[in-house]
Amino acid sequence: MANIISDETIEYVGILAKLELNDAQKEAAKKDMASMLDYIDKLGELDTEGIEPMSHVFDVKNVWRDDVVTNGDDRENIISNAPGQKDGMFEVPKTFD
Amino acid sequence: MSILDLTALELSAAIKEKKYTVTDAVKAVLDRIKECEEDFNCYVTVDEEGALSKALSVQKGIDDGTLTGPLAGVPVAVKDNMCTEGLLTTCSSKILYNFVPTFSSEAVLALEKAGAVIIGKTNMDEFAMGSTTETSFFGPTKNPRNPEHVPGGSSGGSASAVAANECFFALGSDTGGSIRQPASYCGVVGMKPTYGRVSRYGLIAYGSSLDQIGPLCKDVADCAAVMEAICTYDPKDSTSVSRDDNDFTSALKDDVQGLKIGIPRDYFKEGLDDEVREAVLKAVDVLKSKGAIVEEFDLSLVDYAIPTYYTIAAAEASSNLERFDGIKYGYRTEEYNGLHNMYKKTRSEGFGDEVKRRIMLGSFVLSSGYYDAYYLKALKVKALIKKAFDEAFSKYDVIVGPVAPTTAPLLGKSLSDPIAMYLSDIYTISVNLAGLPGMSVPCGTGKEGLPIGIQFIADCFKEKNIIRAAYAYECASGNYHKSVTCGKDGE
Repeated sequence: MANIISDETIEYVGILAKLELNDAQKEAAKKDMASMLDYIDKLGELDTEGIEPMSHVFDVKNVWRDDVVTNGDDRENIISNAPGQKDGMFEVPKTFD
Repeated sequence: MSILDLTALELSAAIKEKKYTVTDAVKAVLDRIKECEEDFNCYVTVDEEGALSKALSVQKGIDDGTLTGPLAGVPVAVKDNMCTEGLLTTCSSKILYNFVPTFSSEAVLALEKAGAVIIGKTNMDEFAMGSTTETSFFGPTKNPRNPEHVPGGSSGGSASAVAANECFFALGSDTGGSIRQPASYCGVVGMKPTYGRVSRYGLIAYGSSLDQIGPLCKDVADCAAVMEAICTYDPKDSTSVSRDDNDFTSALKDDVQGLKIGIPRDYFKEGLDDEVREAVLKAVDVLKSKGAIVEEFDLSLVDYAIPTYYTIAAAEASSNLERFDGIKYGYRTEEYNGLHNMYKKTRSEGFGDEVKRRIMLGSFVLSSGYYDAYYLKALKVKALIKKAFDEAFSKYDVIVGPVAPTTAPLLGKSLSDPIAMYLSDIYTISVNLAGLPGMSVPCGTGKEGLPIGIQFIADCFKEKNIIRAAYAYECASGNYHKSVTCGKDGE
């Protein structure tokens, strides 16, 4: 296996991905990711010098529209999906001390 | 012949002729679901009450002449990653186990406008990440053609529901083959339209540059009719394209005289099962005998499609799935210590293994220091793949090959080796990378009674070439939809 994922890397990925992994899961994730990266490294066989990265297959342009509200006030229904709600608002854990 | 054996177009015609009412159709499907669901598990949610009440209003519309289209009164199943107002939409994930959208996706609205009746929401791989429908939080769907096997994925519930007559047609979504591969495994017709043809508004995003909604149907004519209904320009989706060539049913002509078909040699190499190769080449011979000009060619870059896809799709998924944080909707962990711990615990408990695997890979390939080497490299290879197709379509009207290397695998055999599972998408994935339309049509049956599909691919916006070839093949082969036995009638 060419790629080796370090403890630091998997820790960092956990922070980026906002996922909490226990030790066994970390080991499994390291192995998984290394084998995926080995597989993806196949792309290195291709010479892509001078090739423009293609994020979209068509020549798309930004779509502009006037900033006009078209949907109604659906606050009650929207809030009803929230796991935490208080006085018609989303309830979140304390964000700073 | 039971009402359930009719195609969508036959049913709507029969309703207009007053042979059946819309309520008859809805009740027949609901009874069928009750009979079969224990065997197949196609649905996450069945909206019995909503469908029965809708049947009455649609019937009224047909009777008073306001609903005249070919889908009026036809029961449809919708993949559970498309928002449906007031109806549970889970993406087959624990993290959305209780999410009730306040709006409907544009494709669903288009079907409702056409008078189709939403029966329920179909099972899928969690967030459409998988090729077998086994990563669903709500348990796997079984393949109705042989319930020891998977239906494919990720639109496995939609494909199974069509195959088992638990609906008259269904919507699925296709990011790397997720309509075509389950259609092939379940023996139904499935189409992925050109990127931009169908609005993605209200489709819960996985890989936004690849995702496209499309139909799964009993035959090619139904598929063309559903395409006409769902292909609309939508300003709410900035990648939606405005086209004036959505008259897909005009391509239902039993005529392939002079149609230029390219057969990519790379699609028939090692790794392809003999029975699949044989069935697909036999189907090609049928088209040849009807006057199509068939030629082999080298497509190139086929082996690079899967690593390119997983890099791009994982990157987009890691970004798209950031919104699931336990604040606005869905699952929230019970005990936590502060905001960040709540995010982390909620996501770790709410997402399944395959979803976490792709989020982590995506976070990694986008992270500073690796972005150029992985993500940007994949976007460059994507450009090369697109170019290879451009060259092929300068010579051919349609590219024809297999949909998947094998027939449907046994349940429980795929998830332990993700890369092997990803390989089942080798013939479908590059179509998404290049934004092309593709269709799977049944072309035979292999061992264990498992269906085999043939894939038709055309250049962007040339769906009509596909429909023409697929319809001509269907007419010649006589491979028409037959359902399966289940529940009581299986005894």
